[in-house]
Parts: sequence; C-alpha cells; structure tokens
Amino acid sequence: MAYSEKVLDHYENPRNVGSFAAEDEGIGTGMVGAPACGDVMKLQIRVNDAGIIEDAKFKTYGCGSAIASSSLVTEWVKGKSLDQALDIKNTAIAEELALPPVKIHCSILAEDAIKAAVEDYRNKHAQVVAEIQE
Amino acid sequence: MLPDFKSTHFELFGLPERFELDGVQLDAAYRHLQVQVHPDKFAHLPESEQRVSMQWSTRVNEAYQALKTPLNRAIYLLTLHGINALAPENTQLPMAFLMQQIEWREGIQSARSAGDVSALQAIERDLNRADKMTAAQLAEELDVHKQWSAAAQTARQLKFIDKIREEIDDSYAALDM
Repeated sequence: MAYSEKVLDHYENPRNVGSFAAEDEGIGTGMVGAPACGDVMKLQIRVNDAGIIEDAKFKTYGCGSAIASSSLVTEWVKGKSLDQALDIKNTAIAEELALPPVKIHCSILAEDAIKAAVEDYRNKHAQVVAEIQE
Repeated sequence: MLPDFKSTHFELFGLPERFELDGVQLDAAYRHLQVQVHPDKFAHLPESEQRVSMQWSTRVNEAYQALKTPLNRAIYLLTLHGINALAPENTQLPMAFLMQQIEWREGIQSARSAGDVSALQAIERDLNRADKMTAAQLAEELDVHKQWSAAAQTARQLKFIDKIREEIDDSYAALDM
C-alpha cells in the first residue's frame, strides 16, 4: 500500500517524539491501543497555568499511519485550550494525511489519545484542587 | 450438496462451542472434512460441481483458521454473541497493560539493535507467562462465567500479546542474518 506524501513526511521526520515525566503536575498522559492491529500510542501534553497546551510529545509503536497520526496531532494541539484539543476529530486527521479506509483506525487512535491525555490532566488537577480546598 | 453457511464453525466440525478446545480433535475433524471436499476429488466432474467443491473447501479452511489459534477462537466465539472485540473504537485498555506493552516494545528494539539474543529470550519468557495467564482468564470468562464484554477486553489483550510475539520472531530472524 502506498503512503501519502504527508504520511511519509511525518514518518520519516516525526515531530515531538519523546516523553515528559508523567508525574509532573502540568503533564497529562494518554495511552491507548488499536485492537485491530496491536499498535500502541502514548501522547503527553504539557499544560500551562492559563490552561493552554504548551507542548506535546508522543511515542507510538505501530505502522507509518499511526506514527504520522500521532506526530500530526502533537503539532495540532500546541497552543490550543483543552476543550479545543478535544474538538480534534479523527476525520480531520484522516483527511489531512489522506489515510485510506483501512488506516482510519490510526486516526481514531490519535483522537482517543488526545482525549485520554486531557482526561488524565483533568483528573490530576481535580485532585490538586480538592487537596487545596481541604 | 451446497456448502452449509448457516451452521457455526463448531457445528461444522462437530465440536462443542467452547474456548478450551482439544486441538487434536479439531485437527482430526478438519482433515476428515477436507478429504471429503477436496477439489482434486471432483476434477472429473462437471464444472458446476467443481465449483461447489471449491466453495466447500474454502468454507472448511476458513472455519479451521477461525478455531485454530486461541485468539481467533475467542474472537469468533464473541462474534457468535454479537460482539466485535477488535472494533477500532475499543482503544481503552488498562494503563498497566499498555505500560507493559511499551516496555516490551522498547526492550525488543534495544535488544535488536544491540544484537542481544538473551534479552530477547527474557522478554519472550515474560510474554509466554502473560500469554498463558490471558488464555486461562479467557477460558474462565468464556466457558465458565459467560462474561462476554469482560472476555472481549481480555481477547484484545491477547491480540497485543500476539503482536509482540510477531516482533520478537521478526527480531530473531533479523539477528540470524
């Protein structure tokens, strides 16, 4: 199967590969897996005090489309609020990368990785707020 | 006789509808059916009957593939209960499980680039242990408690374990060069 040029670009020069320390307060970590192919994706966001995503990193073990999807969303989430990041839909990822139908699940994985990272960050902060109030 | 597409794969082989299956019995039932429907036996017959025998042969092969490995068997059993365990929206897995996945994959990558066969073997041993535990859990959930959605989650984990096994096998092959 031929990959699109954009997939190849992200695959050959992935943006923002790596990790943040998951225990840091400003970090949200999302981990998800694609059951159809066994790919695993870890996406982390660093959120500033104003609630804006300042930076993002990913590690993906999977095919070129999964790597490209996660690389792309680390670029897209930067500068966005958490709610704006949650608005990123898999269809937009698939369209941007011209993913063929058999690779749509890679874009679903990337969307769900953002959701999981935002949820992790919010859970962490709900706890911090609760501790301060106590 | 036209291929029977209504019966389940278990019924086709005359086996009980269970996850824990006697592999010897399955192999014997498969060979028995395959001999009966093999296209070579129909080579002298009219084309329409050859075609039917081909369809039968395909049907029997598909059924065998679906029951042969524990993963395929679990997935097939779940489809009989209306569950598509590997549907793409099921991306949520236990955090500890995914951490272990990433750890294994990183371990395989570094063992492979360092040419470290014993490190690969250590991961393989861990994997075999996880594989056995997961299969035992599936047997409980599918055959004893009939907990289909819990079993679907466990089947997904088995899929990831299979994927790691492929990567280990690939790495062994690459290091042998």
